[in-house]
Amino acid sequence: MIRIDLPTDEKTIRSLKIGDEVLLNGTIVTARDAAHKYMISEKPKDLEPLLKNGVIYHCGPIVKNEKGVWSIVSAGPTTSIREEPYEADIFRIYKVRAVIGKGGMGQKTLDACKKYGAVYLHATGGCAAEIACAMEEVLEVRKLEFGTPEAFWVIRVKDFPCTVTMDSHGQSLHEKVLDDSLRNLKKLTV
Amino acid sequence: MNSKDLESNLLELIRRTSTVLPPDVVDALKAGYRREKAGTAAKTAFKSMLSSTELSLRDSVPLCQDTGALVWHIHYPDGEPLLAVEKAIEKAIAKATGKYFLRPNAVDSISGKNSGNNLGEGAPVLYFHPWKKKSWEFNLMLKGGGSENCGIQYKLPDGKLNAGRDLDGVYKCVLDAVWQAQGKGCGPGVICVCAGGNRDTGMAFAKQQAMRKLDDKNPDPELAKLEAKLTRDCNKLGIGPMGFGGKTTVLGVKIGALHRLPACYFVSIAYMCWSCRRCTMVISGDRVKYVQ
Repeated sequence: MIRIDLPTDEKTIRSLKIGDEVLLNGTIVTARDAAHKYMISEKPKDLEPLLKNGVIYHCGPIVKNEKGVWSIVSAGPTTSIREEPYEADIFRIYKVRAVIGKGGMGQKTLDACKKYGAVYLHATGGCAAEIACAMEEVLEVRKLEFGTPEAFWVIRVKDFPCTVTMDSHGQSLHEKVLDDSLRNLKKLTV
Repeated sequence: MNSKDLESNLLELIRRTSTVLPPDVVDALKAGYRREKAGTAAKTAFKSMLSSTELSLRDSVPLCQDTGALVWHIHYPDGEPLLAVEKAIEKAIAKATGKYFLRPNAVDSISGKNSGNNLGEGAPVLYFHPWKKKSWEFNLMLKGGGSENCGIQYKLPDGKLNAGRDLDGVYKCVLDAVWQAQGKGCGPGVICVCAGGNRDTGMAFAKQQAMRKLDDKNPDPELAKLEAKLTRDCNKLGIGPMGFGGKTTVLGVKIGALHRLPACYFVSIAYMCWSCRRCTMVISGDRVKYVQ
């Protein structure tokens, strides 16, 4: 298990390779469909310090508000491929060092990981309770008007477990599994 | 049935469906964990699934933050009034959302606004089936968005798959669908299939297969054989849990069949994720029982 403290740096991220299991510590920001569209179309400057050398988490959590204090009830990853049109530009504009999600992302994102020094981290889908336990505090929320699943939740995490499945050297576990499974499929349907 | 009692019973049904993974699914995950090699991402994934499931049960928190769409199949005594039951279901859903058993998941497709309470046009999804018994049976499943996006409907014959209008064609469609999904539906999933039906009924009946226990046996011997073969062969794809590569790509394949139009042969596939959330509430007189 490799411990990564956030904010991180390019050198640390470029040292990671596919298959590495990491534990994230520090601040992450959730961003999914509405948030990605907003980041690319509006390019809000106020998000830059939050995201620089930081981590985006593809997640629409279930959140609780008790006496004005937010906490996370359940927070597993959402399917990342929906953000494929945006992610490369997010790496470029905001200098994000990793995205956490599930299901992997495509060639455009993989190329951007190599070009800008970033990785894709896979959290185990559906392990929402376990991941919520790694979420110590909701520091703030932005764009709550997007709805609670779609807002930017700024969260301090401790030992958030994930696996590197796309690294900054052009390697993708998803591509490997796609190719291997296609060979197996051909054997079955010959 | 007293409506306040019904509402609180329905709330409990929703809570259980959202936070307690059925025992047959837990057993299948344990078997999957045992099959994987130590030190692999697949083994770690199964370990996380099992421990997160334990946490949800212990703390009564949703198994998955995407509590999905609520799909109800309700068997009721023929002739009983239903509107009050619908109202009680809606109230229970709104309450469950307020208690964080459900994420607000109903988004207006025109305005983009989240309704906040899981109610909206087409939400919840209710199917009422009259029967001769005097008891009521509420079957609830939560069907998340990630797996929903992996659903697909084929039209046979399919030239690209070399699939004809027969069970061999169905076989090829299912393999193709599972291969296309890779890890995106949160595998290892339960592949729910309907051979036949129309565009709408086919998909609904496919999804209904998710209510079946993993270790049940299809009463039709041909479909039972196909289910077993497809389970084995989908696992031979080696996609593994989460698409990490591994020995378990599916927890099972469940196939139903409907009569079809002569001109149509649809193969509808509803992909149910590993967090196969389902629960049944039986109300018989004043006795209430929850079964998973």
